Formats: sequence, C-alpha cells, structure tokens
Amino acid sequence: MTVIYVLWLRQLKRYFRSKARIIGSLGQPLIFLLAFGFGFGSIFQKASGKNYLDFLVPGIICMGILFTAVFTGLEIIWDRQFGFLKETLIAPISRFQIMIGRTLGGATISLFQGLLVLGISYLVGFRITHWETFPLALLFMILIALLFTSLGTAIASQLEDMQGFQLIMNFLIMPIFFFSGALFPPTGIPKPLEFLMRLNPLSYGVDGLRTSLGVISYFSIESDLLILGSTTLLLLVIGTYLFSKIQI
Amino acid sequence: MLVESIIKASNLVKKFGTFTAVDQVSFSIASGEIVAFLGPNGAGKSTTIKLLTTLSKPTSGFVYLLDNDVVLHPALCRKTFGIVFQDPSLDDELTAFENLEFHAVLYHVPKSIRRNRIPYLLQFVELWERRNDLVKRFSGGMKRRLEIARGLLHHPKIIFLDEPTLGLDPQTRNHIWEYLLRLNQEEKITIFFSTHYMEEAERVAQRIIIIDHGTIIAEGSPAALKQQSHSETMEEAFIKFTGKNIRDEDISTADTMRIHRRLWKR
Repeated sequence: MTVIYVLWLRQLKRYFRSKARIIGSLGQPLIFLLAFGFGFGSIFQKASGKNYLDFLVPGIICMGILFTAVFTGLEIIWDRQFGFLKETLIAPISRFQIMIGRTLGGATISLFQGLLVLGISYLVGFRITHWETFPLALLFMILIALLFTSLGTAIASQLEDMQGFQLIMNFLIMPIFFFSGALFPPTGIPKPLEFLMRLNPLSYGVDGLRTSLGVISYFSIESDLLILGSTTLLLLVIGTYLFSKIQI
Repeated sequence: MLVESIIKASNLVKKFGTFTAVDQVSFSIASGEIVAFLGPNGAGKSTTIKLLTTLSKPTSGFVYLLDNDVVLHPALCRKTFGIVFQDPSLDDELTAFENLEFHAVLYHVPKSIRRNRIPYLLQFVELWERRNDLVKRFSGGMKRRLEIARGLLHHPKIIFLDEPTLGLDPQTRNHIWEYLLRLNQEEKITIFFSTHYMEEAERVAQRIIIIDHGTIIAEGSPAALKQQSHSETMEEAFIKFTGKNIRDEDISTADTMRIHRRLWKR
C-alpha cells in the first residue's frame, strides 16, 4: 500500500510543481468551451430549444479528463527515455503495484483537471441543477479518468519513444473525443457514425456525466455505468499485462 | 581458503533476433571484491549488467546473486544490490531528499531506518545542504553522487555501476571513487563497474574482465593483464586485447531525446 501511495504521490508532486502544465492543459477545453459554447449556442437553441452550454460543459469536462489521463499514461515513455522507469522496474516490487500507483496518480490528476474545467464552466454561466446526483457525476469522472489513464499506460508500454505520439493523437484520441457525443447529440446522425459512437466507451462517460449533472440523457444510466465500468476494468487488466512485459 | 562467490554468471547468452549481444559469458565475483568490466562500445557491457540486475532476461544461461537465480527470484535478488545506471535515472522534478525517500519506500526500508539513513547518505555524498533542491538544478557530478547515495540506501551487498564517472571532471571522478572505496572498506560492499577510463580501472579494481563481441577475452588483475599483453599501461593492454578498430554504437533514442532537451533549454 505504501508503495502504491508513493507512486501516486510522485505523480501529484510532478503535476502540481508544473504550473505551466496545469495552465497549458486548460487552454484546449477553454477554447472549445468559448468557441463552441458561444459560437453554436444560438443555433443549438433554435434547433432544440435547449441551452447549448449546459449540453456542452459535461462533454468539455470529459475532454479535459480524457486528454490529461492519456498524457499522464503516456508519461511512461518519458520515464523510459529519461531513465526513471528503470529505477521503479528494478525495485523489489511487483509491476502490478507500479501500474496501480501510476494509474491512480494519473487518474487523480485527470479528475482534478476535470474539476478545474467544471469550475471555469461556472464562470461562463454553467450551473449544476441536481446537486444530489453530483456524487454520481464524480463517479463517472473517476471512471473516465481511470479508463483513459490505463489506455495511455497500455499504449505507452508498447512505444519506445514519442515518435508515434501524433499517430495516437490523430487516429485514436481525437476520434474518441469527437465521436463521443461531447459536442453533438448521438441522435439524428448517419447510422455508421451512430454505430461508431456506440462503440466508443467515452460516449457512455459523457452521457453518464450529463445525466448525473441533470442535463439530458440518451442512454440509461445503468448501461452507462456498466459499459464504462467494465471497459475500465478491461483496460486496467490489459494495461497491467502490457506494462508487466516492458523490458528496458 | 574458500572465497564466497557473491555474483556468478554461467554460460550467459543474450540474443536480439539474429544478433548475439552476449555469448557464453561466465565469471564469478567474490564477496567484497572490486571488479572492472571493460570493453569497447557495443561489446556487451551494458547488456551483461542488465542481465545481472534483472532488467533483461537471458536467452540462455544463469546468473546467481548470493546463490539466488535472478530469473526465478528477481525480487529477492533486487534487494541485494544497488545500481548506478549509465544514464541518469533520478526524477528531476523531485528534490534530492524526495528521490531517496521514494527509493527507500520502493525497497521497503522501514521508516525508523530511513530516518537516519537518508541524512547519513546525503552527508556522505556531501549533498545534505542541497537536500531540498530539485534535482533538475543539480550538476552532472551532483546527480551522480546522489545516484550513488540512492544505490546504497537499502544496504546492498553489491553495487553495480555502469560507467559511473562518464562525462565528469577529474575532481568529481576522484571524489566518487573515494566514496566507493571507503564503502568497500567500511561496509565490505562488492563493486562491479564498467568504465572507459583505463587508468580508473587500473587504480580502483582488484580484477579486470574484458569483454568484446559479447565474449570474455581476458581476465585478471591489472598487473597480470599488462604482463600478459606486454604492455606498459592498461590502455595499451586494452587496445592489444581488443584491437585498434573503432567500434560503432548506435545512438539510442534516449541520447537523441537528451540532446533535444539540452537544445530546448538553451
């Protein structure tokens, strides 16, 4: 337990000591929030009669968590290249402990990032109307954070360097975000796209967060929890397995 | 007198595809011995050290550290040694003290012991005054000293040093070897190190093992190796054993990243 704790603590110390990283990672969600929120707000309102900012904020929170989680998972590549990974791999502890410590650290940072986005959303006019289900919203945020930190770790375990980073961004992370229903509803769209969105685990995270923040719901909260929870567990297992195979 | 063997490598082979990096390497190191492991670039030094320290699994052959098989009992073996890698492996975003504390927890050093051990080692490597500074503000020599302190934190019986003085000025190199020799005398730690500095190997090591093209080509005390090759200096002996050809060694990605980082910082 102490080993997992220090690995978790290390991630947090690194994050909170890098002010540029905290501020920098808020840039993208903020731009999306302002550009999309105010740019498409009136069109969305006319088409659906609903407030687009209320619809958009849960999606942008998920975006903040998604990107931070994947990046913290990918930090393994840096640790590998700058030598620190050797220090942990050579210690008399199990790879499972290392994986859990790192994942919990990454997930905590991502959750914090998501809460920061929520705080900023409050400044631009978003309001939580159902505080009683806020713990459920937190649960969804934690699951998304764990899922994508595990994904980042699983990918990083297979990469030797950052050369494949753009590939991952353009062909995995961006599609996951854009086809999750974060920016537009998963209804009234071409069937192949709808199918793609249903395959995407983040769709259930976005939907679950929207439901628990009292905005709108497209799937049932039970299916959101079940699919997101089981995918998180699966990714944790895959991530742990791939991490256990790392050789320096 | 029967000398206790603390490291034993037996017919060690490591292949990467069709390339054989380490080929039938066997040697035995006695407890408290100081052994230099020499070889040209790409000879198989770092790969052998990785095999000895559980970072890589041999294709065939065995390694025993204190009679424990490193493949069968890696966790047990890891407690017995400390290591200073060729490349820095500290966390630059943590302080010197935090780096040691982190290591102590990973190696299950009880809080009651690490409370005294960390300050002792930081004073030993003359970094106590800088204990709360982030490691990224340290010079290369300070980082090396901190890595040595870290490697010794869990009271290892063996310390592996992969080119520990690479790129350091003579004063810092001298300091580092003074620490290590004191440790060898006071705590009877076995020292196994690789280096490209021949005079360093000659001055410090009781025995030298030379590896080339993955196989051991010479072994003995510095005096014996010089005599065997009819050489005046260890450098001359080394060249006679390994030849005059310059060896190519691919620049690793880590090296490339480090170069980029340095350029970026300018």
